Amino acid sequence: MIVQALAFYLFAAVTVASAVMVITAKNPVHSVLFLVLAFFNTAGLFVLMGAEFLAMLLVVVYCGAVTVLFLFVVMMLDINFVELRQGFLQYMPLGASVGIILLAELAVVMGGWHFAPEAAKAGAAPIPAIETMTNTHALGAILYTDYIYLFQAAGLVLLVGMIGAIVLTHRQRAGVRRQVIRDQINVDVQEVAEFKKVESGKGV
Amino acid sequence: MSGLPNLTPALPEIFMACVAMALLMVGVFMKGEAKKVTRTVSYLATGAMVLALLLVTAFSTTAGTTFNGLFITGAFPAFAKVLILAASALTLLMSRDFFENANVTRFEYPILAVLATLGMMMMVSANDLIALYMGLELQSLSLYVMASIMRNDLRSTESGLKYFVLGALASGMLLYGSSLVYGFAGTTNFEVMAEMFAHEQDSVHGPSVGLIFGIVFVMVGLAFKVSAVPFHMWTPDVYEGAPTPVTAFFASAPKVAALSLFVFVMMGAFGDLAAQWQQIVIFISIASMALGAFAAVAQTNIKRLMAYSSIGNVGYMLIGLAVGGAVASGAETQQNGIESMLVYLSIYIIMTLGTFGCILAMKRGGDNVENINDLAGLSKSNPMMAAALAIFMFSMAGIPPLAGFFGKLYVFQSALEAGLVSLAVIGVLSSVVGCFYYIRLIKIMYFDDAEEDLDRQVGTEISMVVAAAAIVILAFFIYPGFITDSAAAAAAGLFAG
Repeated sequence: MIVQALAFYLFAAVTVASAVMVITAKNPVHSVLFLVLAFFNTAGLFVLMGAEFLAMLLVVVYCGAVTVLFLFVVMMLDINFVELRQGFLQYMPLGASVGIILLAELAVVMGGWHFAPEAAKAGAAPIPAIETMTNTHALGAILYTDYIYLFQAAGLVLLVGMIGAIVLTHRQRAGVRRQVIRDQINVDVQEVAEFKKVESGKGV
Repeated sequence: MSGLPNLTPALPEIFMACVAMALLMVGVFMKGEAKKVTRTVSYLATGAMVLALLLVTAFSTTAGTTFNGLFITGAFPAFAKVLILAASALTLLMSRDFFENANVTRFEYPILAVLATLGMMMMVSANDLIALYMGLELQSLSLYVMASIMRNDLRSTESGLKYFVLGALASGMLLYGSSLVYGFAGTTNFEVMAEMFAHEQDSVHGPSVGLIFGIVFVMVGLAFKVSAVPFHMWTPDVYEGAPTPVTAFFASAPKVAALSLFVFVMMGAFGDLAAQWQQIVIFISIASMALGAFAAVAQTNIKRLMAYSSIGNVGYMLIGLAVGGAVASGAETQQNGIESMLVYLSIYIIMTLGTFGCILAMKRGGDNVENINDLAGLSKSNPMMAAALAIFMFSMAGIPPLAGFFGKLYVFQSALEAGLVSLAVIGVLSSVVGCFYYIRLIKIMYFDDAEEDLDRQVGTEISMVVAAAAIVILAFFIYPGFITDSAAAAAAGLFAG
């Protein structure tokens, strides 16, 4: 038990600290690297809660894909981060007041919160006991049966995303030389190479 | 193991999805010049939509659910799907001429139209918050790309970007609301949710604040999609910037889908909490009617004018939904409200398709023009087109005996029946203001002289659609049952379950 508690406080402290570093670091590349650290520690928290699938997903998707994307954006686009930060103090009162209003509204919502009397029973797919089934298995069991419609719909949404990216960015450029392997193989040696007999001592 | 879900009710959707993928293959692998490929894919896509329409009438009209309760069929979704498919097929048919003229031959355009239509069909068949969101995103994503399909045109890309940013905001609102509603009910299924909410209104502590927050956010998201005031800001810019056939598409099929979804979510899932949301619907209805009437007066671009006109028309349709939320006046009045809204929606779609057909035919020297004053002298250069456009404008203005008059009449009647007198009065007043700019178009066509005539040549598809729409609008009063009967059946289907 004590080991678990220690692990929790370790992960939680590092997560919060690195999250703070993400927004305070001067160098944007450092920010992204701190973000990776925050993700890894959050994954650790998920493992402690017994949600190992979410932990894996966080590492694979966020650390693997999203942060690499961020790194690309940071490195490829020449964004002047110092310029972006200008006017921070000027806009802070407005931003802070909007934040406080939102917080107050959330407090009202949460304060007056109650669940529908039958809500607990309505859970469509109750979580199976961890001894009988790992949660990766449990998710797979409903994702491809009960929720097959949504799964396929998500696939179609991704297809549209792909078509959209191609439609909006792909263009045929003139003067691009493509490698056509068949043409390369079928070249007749006699046509492309010239054979010369070089006599010694004379050169070509 | 439960085995395979019953696929028959979703047959039209499955067909559309397969068609989209098959057409992608056709487009990629078909030999020949781009224009021919695009034309083939476009005709095949139109044919597929017509076939899907027949499939809807054959398989999706009986009430029932499938896919573990995520997908619902019945008279109401079927009515909306028929309208959506017909509108999509006709706009796709009208778009060919424009794109070939503008030298934008991309076979992806009809495929995106098919996928957007599929998304709309999934929206109106959604019986679950997640299914709703999936359909909405499939539709919206396709529409964003379609808006910026002319990617070398600054206005087209700008409208696509604007639509994308505001649409993403709307999706965020919708999701936030959905999560609050889910947090209260513990389920995303509309039927189970409706059972949970049945006693919430008159429970001891009153309805939960969190739940009301959730409903309001869901409504904000949906109001964005139907472009109701105060969430209409994107409409004029997107309608003006997008290529005209895309604007025609935006103004027709997605409106049907979003409004049907709005009605289905409000009446189905939140029906017993009508006291909470009816005031909001009344407010956005009044605001939309007023803004649509007054802001359109100053417009010079006809596509922008149509954008404000569509905002105003959404306001009139929302009167029907407000009547649907009038629990105190009894189920029959509520049902009449929804029925009148569906009739108005159908008539509006026909008028919009016809009007956009005329706008697509506005060309000078082969190039499309879209200024209102370009219409001057149309009565002499192309009397048939001028007569058709005059019919649509008189109908939109609500002049009897054209169909638009009856649409407004039904809506106002149902509002009076439910005791929502203020709504009816404001509706009548704003339609008087609306008359001004609709009839101004007619005045320009018939009484102003043109410096330079518009082209007389009009594409076959466009003139066919315009002629058909004009005949339906003219002849509606002879046999209104053509639309009203199926609308009545659809509204009854909504209240039966």
